[in-house]
Amino acid sequence: MSIFINADSKIIVQGMTGSEGTKHTRRMLASGSQVVGGVTPGKGGQSVEIDGHNLPVFNTVGEAMAATGANVSVVFVPPKFAKAAVVDAIDAAMPLVVVITEGIPVHDSASFYAYSLTKGTTRIIGPNCPGLISPGKSNVGIIPANITGAGPIGLVSKSGTLTYQMMFELRDIGFSTAVGIGGDPVVGTTHIDCLRAFQDDPETEAIVMIGEIGGDAEERAAAFIAQYVTKPVVGYVAGFTAPEGKTMGHAGAIVSGSSGTAQGKKDALEAAGVKVGQTPSETARLLRAIMGR
Amino acid sequence: MDLYEYQARDLFEKHGVPVLPAAIATTADEAEAAAIKVGGKVVVKAQVKVGGRGKAGGVKLAVDPADAREKASAILGMDIKGHEVRTVMIAAAAPIESEYYLAILLDRSNRTFLVMASVAGGMEIEEVAHTAPEKLAKIPVDSNVGIDLARATEIIAAAKFPAEVADQVASVLVKLWETFVSEDATLVEVNPLVKTSDGKIIALDGKVTLDDNAGFRHPDHEALVDQAAENALEAAAKAKNLNYVKLEGQVGIIGNGAGLVMSTLDVVAYAGEKFGGVRPANFLDIGGGASAQVMADGLSIILGDKDVKSVFVNVFGGITACDAVANGIVQALELLGAAATKPIVVRLDGNNVVEGRAILTAAAHPLVEQLDTMDGAANRAAELAAK
Repeated sequence: MSIFINADSKIIVQGMTGSEGTKHTRRMLASGSQVVGGVTPGKGGQSVEIDGHNLPVFNTVGEAMAATGANVSVVFVPPKFAKAAVVDAIDAAMPLVVVITEGIPVHDSASFYAYSLTKGTTRIIGPNCPGLISPGKSNVGIIPANITGAGPIGLVSKSGTLTYQMMFELRDIGFSTAVGIGGDPVVGTTHIDCLRAFQDDPETEAIVMIGEIGGDAEERAAAFIAQYVTKPVVGYVAGFTAPEGKTMGHAGAIVSGSSGTAQGKKDALEAAGVKVGQTPSETARLLRAIMGR
Repeated sequence: MDLYEYQARDLFEKHGVPVLPAAIATTADEAEAAAIKVGGKVVVKAQVKVGGRGKAGGVKLAVDPADAREKASAILGMDIKGHEVRTVMIAAAAPIESEYYLAILLDRSNRTFLVMASVAGGMEIEEVAHTAPEKLAKIPVDSNVGIDLARATEIIAAAKFPAEVADQVASVLVKLWETFVSEDATLVEVNPLVKTSDGKIIALDGKVTLDDNAGFRHPDHEALVDQAAENALEAAAKAKNLNYVKLEGQVGIIGNGAGLVMSTLDVVAYAGEKFGGVRPANFLDIGGGASAQVMADGLSIILGDKDVKSVFVNVFGGITACDAVANGIVQALELLGAAATKPIVVRLDGNNVVEGRAILTAAAHPLVEQLDTMDGAANRAAELAAK
């Protein structure tokens, strides 16, 4: 098992004909993902040849779904056009939309997130995220597929490179699914959504949760863990040294006054019984100790 | 980007939110001229992006232009909580009868927008929320529905504004929503929103935060950046499109990915505890494509920081290949030549790590030292900075 995606996931790439879209379509195909087509408004009817795969291009997500049976969309559309792309996918009732694009105005992401709630048929992951991978089954986004293989760990993280780092630290054990939920102030899928899915996934035995400064998603996740999650969870929080009022790379990574601090998040997680590592390596060691690996 | 009060005031005026006549000044002469232009009694207000300026003596009433000149010359150059006052706003004085609070903001927790409204204005809203939460109405707003006059009227009624000002305040709320949306703001706050003795509703002080990601829709927002207040290194980094934040420390940091770089800062700070409290000197995320030029730009910014005693390059090759990063470091050091003077600790892992490490080993640059793990490399960089 895995969460949100599996070996049968059929993926379309919104923005496949752009340079990033093409590059990562190639990588997804190389890792065994079933990419079945792309969407670029105005380029419908064309096709793109990538490493021996002839991929049809459609004008809309609805057309792509009808023709290919796709059930996942991954969005590489530039910020300026990202909202229209996501709205197109929501209108088509695409079940899962993974928005990789960084730099989307928060008014746009708040709008498409609210729209997805109104429609009630689409889960959004991201924006500003690396996507998600169930090693050996499907890889949607930009997470490198060669770090590790399938295994019993579930991972949820705001950060892409910390996801890679943690997968690398625990590469001998492997992952059911690793989800990068993104570093923007408004994201479609939260730590809590992933924790719930991992708790309910029979293949996931232990969970790594990575957070960073800004907002209160980690505090909320801590409360959720205390109430719902019985599987072991270890945590890591980045940004203890971040000064107040400065955005640290991710649009959402900012301490405002006394809220959103790393210490507050660590304290909340520990109060919920989650062991929190001081470094990524220590976090990996904590998980190993719990799993006896 | 947080705006100064006068910039917020100008945006309010542009979108029809009622404000008082005002002008800005950076010298006592300009302040006098501004007071003449505004006319009558004026308030001289320090322009700083920090709260508590009134208590610090940064807001003074002036009875005439000569007085405004005097008050401005006292306020200009003041230090308010570490912020130097370089600009004052000269605003018309208004006879205040009541003070209210009105704001629209991004509510991250609930992933929606939120109106906050209170008849208890004038003080810090956190204090109202804490001491008299029943006086603060918090009402979510669906981004795709917005606030029209009917909705604004409901919100203002829910916030228990007095009947005689409700219509005016509702109309202000609609204009604030227009400001919020059309400027791509994440916060528009009016505190206080006042009722004057002649019954007018006026935004007396305001805070606006704009979404940096929306800059492509607002070429005019670039002019709102206060370049004089920017740290010189941060400005230089910005000119090179580098994501850099200056901190107070001794270990220069370069890494890829915001999360990994934040984590690197923390790990260096922990390691630094063993070496007399050495701290990270900066945040610098070179992103996915670490070309030689980007690496050279990054290194040159960091080596230009006189506080830096050692540099830690921490890269996990995900999309980026470690051999490309290693080549970037080697070429960057060639580009920098004699300008590179500090020891550089490099930790490479991930994609093509064997090739990457081999390139650095073969180059054998005297300043470069490689370690296998992030914790080990942080320790070494802290140790070198403490020497």
